Amino acid sequence: MIVLGIETSCDETSVGIIDDNKILVNEIFSQKIHSQFGGVVPELASRAHLQKILLILKDALKNANLTLNDINLVCSTAGPGLIGALIVGYCFGSGLSLAINRHFVPVNHIDGHIYSVFLNNEEIEFPYIALLVSGGNTALYFIEGFYKATLLGTTLDDAAGEAFDKVGKLLGLKYPAGAAIESLAKNGDENYHSFPVAVIQGKYDFSFSGIKTSVLRFIQRNFPDGMSEIDKANISASFQKAVIEALLLKTLSAVNEFKVKHVAIVGGVASNKYLQKKFCDSISTNIKLHVPEPSLCTDNGAMIAFAGLKSFETNYYSKAKITHPFPN
Amino acid sequence: MNSAVQTEIFISRSPEETLEFAKQFSQSLKAGDIVALIGNLGSGKTIFVKGICNGLNAGQNPLSPTFSIINEYIGKYTIYHIDFYRIKDKEELYDIGYEDYFNDESICLIEWADMFIEILPEDHIEVKIEFGSDDLERVITIQRKK
Repeated sequence: MIVLGIETSCDETSVGIIDDNKILVNEIFSQKIHSQFGGVVPELASRAHLQKILLILKDALKNANLTLNDINLVCSTAGPGLIGALIVGYCFGSGLSLAINRHFVPVNHIDGHIYSVFLNNEEIEFPYIALLVSGGNTALYFIEGFYKATLLGTTLDDAAGEAFDKVGKLLGLKYPAGAAIESLAKNGDENYHSFPVAVIQGKYDFSFSGIKTSVLRFIQRNFPDGMSEIDKANISASFQKAVIEALLLKTLSAVNEFKVKHVAIVGGVASNKYLQKKFCDSISTNIKLHVPEPSLCTDNGAMIAFAGLKSFETNYYSKAKITHPFPN
Repeated sequence: MNSAVQTEIFISRSPEETLEFAKQFSQSLKAGDIVALIGNLGSGKTIFVKGICNGLNAGQNPLSPTFSIINEYIGKYTIYHIDFYRIKDKEELYDIGYEDYFNDESICLIEWADMFIEILPEDHIEVKIEFGSDDLERVITIQRKK
């Protein structure tokens, strides 16, 4: 079944086309457009959604060597996200589905991420633990089947990716700062300082607001006159270690409790190589770790197409009765 | 003359105290209010928002809207939790449709509001959170125009 997926929940405008779990195309325009204007900018993104969506669709069809008639199902992200951005993708998708006389499936962005690990991957099996880590989300799920996911825990304040961005700001890095911190950290000592990650009540919940403040305090106390590159590298490495260890610890305890053989890390921060290595090193050899390729970790249309396809196949979408875009 | 400004200062000695104070503060809010939250990274703006939401019976646990820009919670009122942190210029705010959020039926809580204070209505409520004399202490100053 050929499925079209449209994603416009926040910064990225993306159209993906899949054939079951095979990606035919997965076009993500954000960086190309934004880099011309210098950085990721919501206003540009929001305007770009509207200006570029038809172009991206045409481009995607061309690159997949398909016409609109070949599309069997149309899916759009319905939420959560920025309402103005969501409306563009949602209305475009539902309008298109009417025009070509196909079903329209509204998709929850989070479902897109947690099932994205099936795309171009034959080895993942239920049940699995999914760790979703991005700029907007940090959450752990126990997943027994399509649309049989249990939320185990979530961040109580900031997402892990946001902690990277805000600490990046303290280090004088540009937004988004995740990749810059990862690269600075390579030259730093991860045991330079032990930044505390808050211990919280919920067994699988996270909190990354406190670590931001402790990095701020540390810098104010020790570097009132500014930091050298090596100071920044050491702080980056120590901070990164603290955040990733918190993610790892809770994921491992979920793996043990639910006795799963598969673990998936999804969302933007999953592309962090240090995170991947730490998880690889710590997970026992009889458990398989799955990390989607970077273009699937970021917000993208292919994952929306796949989650929409599974929603359609399991008839989840008729029960969920999503009738309009929703912000959160 | 701007003599008609009412100022209230509260010293908080812990995040718990900030939460409790925000909860009490929420009882003074009414539909249509716009609260400008001003304070550095890690000062406790999101905790203050949590306190307000608890006080107004908004079921959800408010999360930082830095990435999402606007979160919505439904309680006694519809609460828009907005973050200007990622916004680069005023045009972006027009494009997001901020004017639609400033209405008589809901409450807007805006983190990093000082970045675009000029777009807020004159009669907004300002909540400034500053670091105190030790790691945990915060000085919270509330200003309302009468």
